[in-house]
Amino acid sequence: MVDAKIVEDLAVDLLRLAVIELPKDVKEALERAKGQETSEIAKANLNAILENIRLAESMKRPVCQDTGLMVFFLDVGYDFGSVKGIPEAIAKGTRRATEEIPLRPNAVHPISRKNSGDNTGSYVPIINWSHMEGDYLEITAFPKGGGSENMTFFSMVKPGEGMAGIKRFVIDSVISSGGQPCPPTIIGVGIGGTADLAVKLAKRSLLRPMGQRHGDPEIAKLEEELLKAINSTGIGPMGLGGAITSLDVRADYAHCHTASLPVAVNTQCWAARRATARLYKDGRVEILSHRR
Amino acid sequence: MRRMEYRFKIPIPESEIRKLKIGDIAYVTGTMVTARDQAHRRALALHKEGKPIPIDLKGGVVFHCGPVVKKKDGEWEMVAAGPTTSTRMELFQAEFIEAFRPSIIVGKGGMGPRTAEAMKKFGAVYCDFTGGAAVLAAKAVERVKGVEWFELGIPEAMWVLEVKDFGPLLVTIDSHGNSHHAKIAKDVEANRPKVYSMLGISK
Repeated sequence: MVDAKIVEDLAVDLLRLAVIELPKDVKEALERAKGQETSEIAKANLNAILENIRLAESMKRPVCQDTGLMVFFLDVGYDFGSVKGIPEAIAKGTRRATEEIPLRPNAVHPISRKNSGDNTGSYVPIINWSHMEGDYLEITAFPKGGGSENMTFFSMVKPGEGMAGIKRFVIDSVISSGGQPCPPTIIGVGIGGTADLAVKLAKRSLLRPMGQRHGDPEIAKLEEELLKAINSTGIGPMGLGGAITSLDVRADYAHCHTASLPVAVNTQCWAARRATARLYKDGRVEILSHRR
Repeated sequence: MRRMEYRFKIPIPESEIRKLKIGDIAYVTGTMVTARDQAHRRALALHKEGKPIPIDLKGGVVFHCGPVVKKKDGEWEMVAAGPTTSTRMELFQAEFIEAFRPSIIVGKGGMGPRTAEAMKKFGAVYCDFTGGAAVLAAKAVERVKGVEWFELGIPEAMWVLEVKDFGPLLVTIDSHGNSHHAKIAKDVEANRPKVYSMLGISK
């Protein structure tokens, strides 16, 4: 069993890496967007974003003041061994990261709105478990900003509307979001399953690297078509008008009930923060998301 | 149309604010405050009871922002301070402008027609600062002068900031009833049929 202190330290390191330094694929996509924009306002905003990213790295400060609600994805290898104590270690790491980096304390009670002060609380940090082959554990820190998470949409589309119904729902969601989620965004689309699974698939898609298409050609085609269509709306960076509203669209699907067609949209702001590490049984740590 | 650039000292007189048109750029220097949902709500509740709020906002600048802060040697330090989504404050902004008469509201994503109407009536503007550009924004903060309503939590408290040349602030709602956001929304609406047809969606 891996020492809990290693997991706690890793949680701090991953949160620090995630909030300060965007992954290379995200930075490159923002640079490309700048090259594609023609509007003066859009270019000025992308310049400010890129300058801010450089400043955050050099000053070792969070790239955005909304350091998010703490979300982790834990993919456990079947042969990794016991995971006892890991959620507690991650919560402890979250509290330390809030103090040490620092992060903005964002976790509040949903009704009283009282801030816990340390980014933990009921079910928070949120830990999404899944399993895979292997003798290691992969941990992704995915601090999720409130402005983009607020732009989450769900619909039970009528199965008879088919693909057109899915596309219309995604486009209508993006248009109604406008500038609110800090475009250029990444749009996650979850199709099928039950309601909760559709939302989870949409969110999980946001972890994929930029431009990595879905393995199913039909879904890959949908992603490309939606991206092109979204970038024809004219919403643009920060919703101030322009050519690049989204950097990427990623979809995933699950089989669903014959009577249903659940569709979910989960939005990611330009500050697409994620940091992933692999933790081996012997305590060795390898950072996967920020190779240099 | 040529875009003008203005540099203001806070408080800003209404006559200056009335000169601003959408597309203009402003930089502000002086004391400004942050306020999000909870601070707006509390300020309006106090006003209703006839009680004062801790800072006089007449001609002032209100920043929709919940910062990352650090306490060093007993002093607060601004680490990161970009704007938050302003549409949440649409619930309060028109009454807030009428009650406290600020001159500039800074945020991101724009605000609605009720706010635009209040700005026209009372002489205020709304400006966008690039969303998420938190380190850039924090660089303009020379000093944290204080914090009010700290019990609301770090993001929702009212931070009193000494800023120097805070900007560029892009005027997107002016005091003459013009809204850049409304114009973009109209453009996007006009594009909708084209976008649908790209995807083979019938109306």
